[in-house]
Amino acid sequence: MPIHSFIVNGQPVSVPVDDDVRLLWVLRDLLGVTGPKYGCGLEVCRACTSHINGKAFNPCAVPVSQLAPTDEITTIEGLSAPGGPLHPMQQAWLDHDVAQCGYCQPGQIMAAIALVNEVRAAGRSVTDADLDGIRNICRCGTYPRIREAIVAGAAQM
Amino acid sequence: MGEVVEGEQRMTGVHGKHRKARTNEDDDPSGTPRRRFLGYVLAGPTLAVAASMGSDLIGRADDAEAVVPSPPEVSDLVDLGDVISLAATPTANMITVVVNTDSTASFAIPRAEVGQGITTTAAMLISEELDLEVSRIHVTLADARPELLFNQLTAGSSSVRSIYRPVRVAAALARERLIKAAADMWGVPQSQITTGNGVVHGPGGRSATYGQLATAAASEQVTQLSITLKDPSDFTVIGTAQSRIDALDAVTGRKTYTMDLHVPDALPTMVCRPPTINGKVVSVTNLAAVRAMPGVTDVAVVSTGVAVRAATFGQCIDAVRALNVTWGKGSEDGKSDATILTELKNAEVPLAVPPLNLLTHTIDGSFTFWFRSNSPLETNCAIADVRADSAEIWSPLKSPIVAQQKIATLLGLPISAVTVHVSTSGGSFGRHLFWDAAIEAAEISKAVGKPVKLMWHRTDDFRHGRTHPMATNRVRAVYSGANVLSFEQRHTSIQTDFSHGIDEVLSAYFSSTPLGAVTFSQGIFELTQNVPYNFGVTTQILDEVDAGFHTGSMRNIYSPDVATAKELMVDKLAKAVGKDRYQFRRTFLKDDRSRAVLDKAAQVGNWGRAMVPGTAQGIAFHAEYKGVSACLVEIDCRSGMVNRTVPDAFTGPRVTKVVFVVDVGRAINPRGVEAQMLGGIMDGIAQALTSSLHFKNGLPLEGSWDNYYYTREWNVPPDVQVVVMPPTTGAPGGAGEFGVPASMAAVACAYWQATGVFPTNFPINHNQSLGFTPLPTVPPIPQSPTDGLSHTF
Repeated sequence: MPIHSFIVNGQPVSVPVDDDVRLLWVLRDLLGVTGPKYGCGLEVCRACTSHINGKAFNPCAVPVSQLAPTDEITTIEGLSAPGGPLHPMQQAWLDHDVAQCGYCQPGQIMAAIALVNEVRAAGRSVTDADLDGIRNICRCGTYPRIREAIVAGAAQM
Repeated sequence: MGEVVEGEQRMTGVHGKHRKARTNEDDDPSGTPRRRFLGYVLAGPTLAVAASMGSDLIGRADDAEAVVPSPPEVSDLVDLGDVISLAATPTANMITVVVNTDSTASFAIPRAEVGQGITTTAAMLISEELDLEVSRIHVTLADARPELLFNQLTAGSSSVRSIYRPVRVAAALARERLIKAAADMWGVPQSQITTGNGVVHGPGGRSATYGQLATAAASEQVTQLSITLKDPSDFTVIGTAQSRIDALDAVTGRKTYTMDLHVPDALPTMVCRPPTINGKVVSVTNLAAVRAMPGVTDVAVVSTGVAVRAATFGQCIDAVRALNVTWGKGSEDGKSDATILTELKNAEVPLAVPPLNLLTHTIDGSFTFWFRSNSPLETNCAIADVRADSAEIWSPLKSPIVAQQKIATLLGLPISAVTVHVSTSGGSFGRHLFWDAAIEAAEISKAVGKPVKLMWHRTDDFRHGRTHPMATNRVRAVYSGANVLSFEQRHTSIQTDFSHGIDEVLSAYFSSTPLGAVTFSQGIFELTQNVPYNFGVTTQILDEVDAGFHTGSMRNIYSPDVATAKELMVDKLAKAVGKDRYQFRRTFLKDDRSRAVLDKAAQVGNWGRAMVPGTAQGIAFHAEYKGVSACLVEIDCRSGMVNRTVPDAFTGPRVTKVVFVVDVGRAINPRGVEAQMLGGIMDGIAQALTSSLHFKNGLPLEGSWDNYYYTREWNVPPDVQVVVMPPTTGAPGGAGEFGVPASMAAVACAYWQATGVFPTNFPINHNQSLGFTPLPTVPPIPQSPTDGLSHTF
C-alpha cells in the first residue's frame, strides 16, 4: 500500500492508504483528526473546510495522493494551541456566541479566516457582498451572528 | 432539614441576601404560604441531591410528608419487568445534581442537546439556586433511563418547562446542605452563614469551598427534605444573557459528535439504498467482488439495503457504488409531486360553513405546502457494538428510551442488556426524534458480528431520511361589515409519523378528555393550533392520508403552514374591509399581551414606511408554547434582486430586513432565545421562498445542499433584529420551534404585497423549473470530487 506524507497541524505524518482516498477520511478515519466535519462529501456544504498552505480548501474533494510531503494542512485544531490564546476569529465567534449545534462552525471559522486574508491581499476589507459569497451551510441558521463575527474578527486579525 | 421562615421576610438558611416573600408563580394567589418542594439528599461519597421530574410531585408546606407518587400508568410503553427494579426506589424518576470535591457541580440532563442550548439553560438554573458560577457546572447528556418513562423526550419545545422547577429544587437543596455542613463543622448557627460563588462564609472570616464541604455534606442514606425556591425578584442569573457553555469546544474543534467518538473496532459503515423509498433487496450479484475491494471488511444484506464496512468512509462510498443490486418494490413507487397532490386533493373534506346570505361575504383560500427535508448538517449516524448477550449504542437521540426498547426488541435482548448513550447532535430539527440510524446500526453490527460506525451519505439523508409531510390548507372566512363571523381552516396532510414516544405519552391524555375519539394526530393538531383573533366561530381540523412516506416533525409540525395560510387570509380580510394590515390584526387580537408584541414589531420595524415598487413590508403574528410572537419583514422582489446569479444556487426574492418580537413568558437566557429565533427566521425564510423536496417516481430528486435550497448566505437578510420581551407570565415557555411560523407567514405576506401575486404554493419557487440536474438513483450516492485543490482561496 502506498505511503503518503504531509504535515498536519505542524506535525509531519506518513499514512499507508490507497491513493484515491480523500483527505477528509485520512484525517478523520485514520489520523483521528475530527475537527473537519462530514456534511456531504461533495464539496458543497463546506463543513470540512481546512487550510492547505494557508488557503482554504475542502479535504473531501482532494485524493490524498495529490499531497506533497511539504504540504501543510491546518485544521481547526491547529488554529490555536490548547490552553493558548485563541485565533482572533475564534474569539470573535465566542464574543458573538455564534455556535448553536456547532457542527458547521469549524468549517465556518476556517473559511472566514481565508476570506479575510483574501480580501486583505486585494487591499480591501470585508463587504456584504463578500459575506453573501460564503457557501458554508449552517442548518441552525446562525448566519446573522456569523456575519457579525467575521467583521469583528477581521478587525482583530 | 433546612429552616424556612414563612412570612413577610424569609431567610433560607440565611446567606447574606434577604429575599422578600412576594407573589410569584410559585405562590398560591389565595395567600397561602409559599410552596415548598420535595427533594432528596442521596446516599453517596459527595453531596448528591435529587428532585422529581414529575410536576405532580410538587408539595406544599402542609404536605411535606407527601408520599412519592408512582410514575404514569402506561403499562404497554415498556416491559415493566425491565424497569420495576429501578422504579421501585423512591428516587427512581429523579434528576440528580452532584457537588464535586473540586467545587464543580455535575448534572446529567435527560434531554438531547441538539444546538438549542438546553445544557446552558440547565447550568443557569443550577447556578441560580446553588450560588455557583455557570462555568463550574458540568452538564452532560444522560444515557437512556427507562425508569423515566415519558420524561426523556426532547420534543415540542417542552424541555425548559419540564426542568425549570426540579433542577432549581435540587440545586437549592444542595446549597442548603452545604450551609448545614459548614454550620456543623464550625459549631455556629446556620443563620450566621452566607454563600458566594461556590464558597461558604462563616463568622470570624472562616470560609470553605463547596468542594471542601462536598464530602461532609454527603449523606449515608436517602433523606427527604423540602425547600422553598428563590423569589424571582432575587434572580441574578436567570434572565441574564449567557453565552453557551459548549462554545469554546465548538470553536476549537473539540466538541465531540457521534462520528468523532472512538469506539474500538467500530469501523466506518454505510448502506447502499434503494432507488425508491422503502425498496427491498431482491438479490446482489457481486457480493464477493465487493468484499474484496480495498479496505472493505464486510458486506451484508440488511432490511434497509446492503451494508458495507471498511477502513474509511471513502472506501465505503466506493463499495456502495460498486454493488450490483436488484431491488424490489418500495412503498411509494410511481408517486410524484402531481400524483401526491391529487391524493391530497381527493382526501380533502368539504368546508363546513356554506357561503351565507347576501349580507355576508365569503373569502376562500387554498394553499399547498410541499415536502421539506428535516435533515440537519450532521447526517443520520450511530455507533453500535452488538454482542451475543448485550449491545451498546451511541447516537444523537431525542427519544432514547423508545429507541432502546425498539433496539432490544430487534436484537431479542432484554432492555437492561442494551445501553444507549445519547451523544451531542449536529442539529436535529425533528430528525433525531427517531432512531433510524441507531436501529440500523444495531442490525448491521449483529449481521457482521463486529462494531460499526454507521453514517448516512448526504444524498441518502435527503432522499431516504424523514420529511415534513406535504399538506394542503383551505381557509374560508366569512365577514359582514367590519366583523369577521367565522374562520374555518382545514388542513389535509400526508400522515405524520409520531411513533417516537410522544404518541404514547399523549394517547392516554386524549382518551380522557373531550377530544376522546379523535385520532392521535388530530389530537396533536387540536393541542397546538389556534386562531388568535376574535373571528367569531373558528374551526381548525386536520385530515391525514397515506402513511407510506418517511415523515416526522420539522422544527414544529403543522404551525408554520397553518400560520402562513391563516395570516395570508388575514391580509386578505384586511384588504377586503379596507383596513391597514397591522391595525386590522391589532383590532382582532384577543389580548393585550398579543398586541404588545405586534405593536413592538410595528414600532421597531417602522411599519408603514414608504417602500419602492417591488419591495414591501409584511407582518404576522403567532401564539404557541405559552408565548406570543410577531414578525415584520421587508422583502425585495425587484428583478435585479431576483435574477442575481450565484453558481449552483437559487437566489430569488431576498428578505432584506426582519424584526422578530417574542414573549416566552420568562426567558431564562435571552441570548439563547435570540439564537433560537434567528434560526427560526432562517427556517421561515427557507420554507416560504426556497426549500422543498420534489418527488419523482417514489424518491425525492434532491441529493445535495446545492439541490435542497435551505437558506444560504446570499438569502440571509442583512438586517435582523430580535426583541426578547421582559418577563410577562413569569413562567418559561418554549423557544426551540417558535421562530418559524410568524417568520414564514410574514415573508409570504410581504411577497404578496411586493409582487401583487397571491402566493398559494410553498415554497414559492417549488413549481418553477428545477434549477439543478438530479443525481442518479443508481448507484444511489455520488462519488466525491477530486479537484478540490483547484478551488482554494
